[in-house]
Amino acid sequence: MTGRVQVRDLWLDLNKFHLREITLDVAPGEYFIVLGPTGGGKTVLLETIAGLHRPHRGQILLDGEDVTTTPPEQRGVGFVYQDYALFPHMSVAQNIGFGLELRGEERAVIEKRVDEMARLLSIDHLLHRHPGTLSGGEQQRVALARALIIAPRLLLLDEPLSALDPTTRKALQRELAHLHAELGTTTVHVTHDFEEAVALGDRIAILNAGRVVQVGSPDDIFRRPASAFVARFVGVRNIFEGDLHPGEDGYQLLALDGTQIAVVTERSGRVHASIRPEDIFVFQGTLRSSVRNLFRGRVVEIADRRALVYVTVRVPPEFTCIITRHSLEELALREGQEVWIAFKASAVHVF
Amino acid sequence: MKTQLANKTQALFAALGSLLVLFITLPLLCTVIASSPTTLWQTLLDADVRDSIWLTFYSSLVATVIAFVTGVPLAYLLARADFPGKRLVEGLVNLPIVVPHSAAGIAILTVFGRRTLLGRAFGFLGIKFVSAVPGIVLAMLFVSLSFLVNSAREGFESVNPRLEWVARTLGASPWTAFWRVAFPLAWRSILSGMILMWARGLSEFGAVVILAYHPMVAPVLLYERFESFGLAYARPVATLIILICLVTFVALQTVSRRKEAV
Repeated sequence: MTGRVQVRDLWLDLNKFHLREITLDVAPGEYFIVLGPTGGGKTVLLETIAGLHRPHRGQILLDGEDVTTTPPEQRGVGFVYQDYALFPHMSVAQNIGFGLELRGEERAVIEKRVDEMARLLSIDHLLHRHPGTLSGGEQQRVALARALIIAPRLLLLDEPLSALDPTTRKALQRELAHLHAELGTTTVHVTHDFEEAVALGDRIAILNAGRVVQVGSPDDIFRRPASAFVARFVGVRNIFEGDLHPGEDGYQLLALDGTQIAVVTERSGRVHASIRPEDIFVFQGTLRSSVRNLFRGRVVEIADRRALVYVTVRVPPEFTCIITRHSLEELALREGQEVWIAFKASAVHVF
Repeated sequence: MKTQLANKTQALFAALGSLLVLFITLPLLCTVIASSPTTLWQTLLDADVRDSIWLTFYSSLVATVIAFVTGVPLAYLLARADFPGKRLVEGLVNLPIVVPHSAAGIAILTVFGRRTLLGRAFGFLGIKFVSAVPGIVLAMLFVSLSFLVNSAREGFESVNPRLEWVARTLGASPWTAFWRVAFPLAWRSILSGMILMWARGLSEFGAVVILAYHPMVAPVLLYERFESFGLAYARPVATLIILICLVTFVALQTVSRRKEAV
C-alpha cells in the first residue's frame, strides 16, 4: 500500500499564516485528521503538502521520496476545498474527467471512468449539469470524484463538510468513511469540528497558531489532552488548575477552591486536570464504594440535551456531569438540590 | 418623513443626472438628423471617407491585437503575482489616461521618429512610423491600452486562484492551468476590455495627428474637412462616423453579453 506522508520540520510564512516546525508521519492508508481553530494555518499546511506553497524550511516526503520542490502536477495528490472549487465553465462530467484529460486518456476511457466514479458517489444523474446548478452536497461529491479519479497517492480534504447543512454533512461524512474503506486512499482531512474528527480519524493532529500541539488517537486526545488549549478545543469540560500535594497510598492531592481531590500522577507543582463528565456519578443518599473522590454539592444547573442531561454541581468548584434522562427522573433532580458526586482518582487526567 | 426626503433627493439627482445625459444625446442626435439620408449616401460614396474609416477600424484592431498579446499576460501577473515595483507598474499602465494625447504623440515621436535609434532599427525592417500606418497603430495603442489591461486584470482577479490550484493538483502545468481555467473564466472581461480599447482607438485624434496626418484616419479627415470647407461639409462625415461607431459598439457589446448568458 502506498501513500505514506512524512512532513519534517516544516516552516512557512504566507501573509498572515505561519507554520512552525511541523512534523507529521501519516501511515499508508491512514485517515489522518488535522484539527484546529480557524486561522491556525490548516489550509496552508494542506496546500503546502500539495505543493502549492514552497516551505522556507523542512521536507515533505511522499512514499519516502522527497517532493519538497516537486511541482503539484507531479505529486499525484487529490485536493478538495471547502468551497468545492469546481470549474464553473465545465459540466460535471468535464470537471470529473479533467485530470484524466490532462493525462491524455482516450475519450472513451475517460467517459467510462467518469461514469464509474460518478456512480460510486451517486452523482451519475448530474453529469450533464453545470456546477452552479447543484446543491452544496452535490458539488462536494463532484469535487471528491474529480480528486479521486486520478487515483491519488494522497487525498487532501480542506474542511470538506463545513459549508454543508447538518443533514447533508452527516450523509457526506458517512460517504467519506465508506469511500476510505472502499479505496483505502491515504487521507489528510482538515477540520475544526471535533465530532467530525472523532468520527472519521484514525489519528488526529491538533494544529494551533501554526504548530502541531498534539498527535494521537481520538481517544488519546479526548482523554489525555496535552494542554489546556487542546482540552478546551476538543470540548472537554471540567478543566481545572491547581497545586499538587503529596497524599497517601500513592495518590496525590490536588487543591481546587478548597476542595482536595485525589489524583494519580507523576507530575508535581501547578498542573491542569480534567475529568470527563460521563466519569462522574451523581447520586443521593449513601454510597458504599472505595471511590476516593466523594463530595457533597448543590445542583446549580440542569441543561437538557434530550437523551443526555448535563448537570452542573457546585462543591465548589463546579463539576459538570452527564446523566441519562432516565437517571434525572429517577433522582428527581432539581436546581438548588443537594446531591453527592463521586469519581475515581484514575478518572482525573492531569496535564 | 425619511423616505420623502430620499424621494426628493432622488428627484434632485435625477434632474441633475438627466442634464448630463441630455448633454451627451442632444449634440449627437442633432448631428445625426441634420444630415439627410441622401447626403449621407453621397458621403459614403466618397472614396476618401471610406478609406479613412477602413484605415481607422483596421489600425485600431491591430493595436488591440498587440495589446492582447502583451497586455493579457501583464494583467494576469498584476492579478496573481507579487513582485517588487508592482504598484509602479499599475500606475504606469494608467498613465496614458492622464497624459494629454497630443503630448503622448510627441513622446512616441521622440522614440520612434525617423532619426531615432528605434526609428532607424525599424527602418531597416522596412517599417516606418511617421506618416504611416504603423505610427497610427502605435498612437492608438498608447492611448487605449489601459482599458484592456485594467479590464483583463479585473477579470483575472475575479477568478478564485483555488480553481487553478486544483487544476495543478489534477496534473495541469501553470501554462495549462492558465489556458484551461483562468483564461476562459476571465475571457468576458478581456473581451469587453478589447471592445473598449478598440472603440477608444477609433476615436483617437490628438496622438495620431502628431505621428501621421496622412494617411488620414476618420477623426483627422473630419478635422481637415472642417478646417478647409466648414461645418456644413464636415457634418455628414461626422454623422457617418458616429453612426458606424454606434452600430459597431452596440453589436459587439451584444455579442459579448450573449456569451455571458451561455
